[in-house]
Amino acid sequence: MRDVAPLATGAAFIGASFGAIAVSTGMAWWVPCLMSVLVFAGASQFLAVGVIAAGGGPVAAVVGGLILNARHLPFGLAIGDVLGTGPWRRIVGSHLLIDESAAFALGRAHDPRSARAAYWACGIGMFVTWNLGTVAGAFAGRIVSDTDALGLDAAFPAALLALLLPALREHATLRAALVGAVIAVVTTPFVPGGVNVLLALLGLAAGWPRRDHATGPDRATPADTGGRA
Amino acid sequence: MTVTAIVALALGTFAFRFAGPLLRDRITLSDRVQTVIRRAATVLLAGLVATAAVMDGGEFAGWALPAGVGVGGLLAWRRAPFVVVVVAAAAATALLRLLGVP
Repeated sequence: MRDVAPLATGAAFIGASFGAIAVSTGMAWWVPCLMSVLVFAGASQFLAVGVIAAGGGPVAAVVGGLILNARHLPFGLAIGDVLGTGPWRRIVGSHLLIDESAAFALGRAHDPRSARAAYWACGIGMFVTWNLGTVAGAFAGRIVSDTDALGLDAAFPAALLALLLPALREHATLRAALVGAVIAVVTTPFVPGGVNVLLALLGLAAGWPRRDHATGPDRATPADTGGRA
Repeated sequence: MTVTAIVALALGTFAFRFAGPLLRDRITLSDRVQTVIRRAATVLLAGLVATAAVMDGGEFAGWALPAGVGVGGLLAWRRAPFVVVVVAAAAATALLRLLGVP
């Protein structure tokens, strides 16, 4: 399971960034910690915090987060029978379904036992380090007083951009993302906070997959929507 | 971020996660649908990144912020480690503000 170690270490750092950034926007320390335990999906956590920090309402934050996390449905359909049987294994195992654990299971689909072991090791490892990182970051963030002087408001979009870049290598996705980004920025002054980010979805029209030769999802790397947890 | 919102996001996310393994014998999503779902996630994040990089509330945030994010983006594109990207973006923005750039 040494493949899990670098991923889990990375999750600790991203979790720490998430905790520190959330606290720097004025949230109590336990808010990012609670999110990391209950939601356990990095990109949607960043999105929710970002929308709230920009003055958006909780509805926009939740809707945006859920649209991001809809990708877990096709992952779950694809990973096969890695959860095992019994209600608890199914419940806990479902909660551990993230981009990385899905990628691990899919990469070992030829050997069900190995796929199952890799899925659980990755999911548990990432859950532990993601949450430890969040707690550490939340407490480190409390020490900082003037967040703007330290440029912490730049840390948030930079962190998300780093998570996002691999997915942008696909041309249609890049096109849709650029159009969506412009729509989100231009509409910001005119719509309630958070709604501008949802309006970015209109950019999908610029990268809508055609019916005749749909670009199939790359099963080898489902981790392309960024969220490393 | 209220507890209600966190719980709502958590329950909805869990529903997506739980439904996949449960329904996998009964439904199949076409490649096209899967592509749209993945792409929607990317587009949404791109909208958030762009807004967070150039706007502060309903107004332009000044040049120091997007410049710092740009530094981070460039490093990420050159495959620098995640921590380097985040720290460099914050440091660049902080430095520009120290120099008087709004």
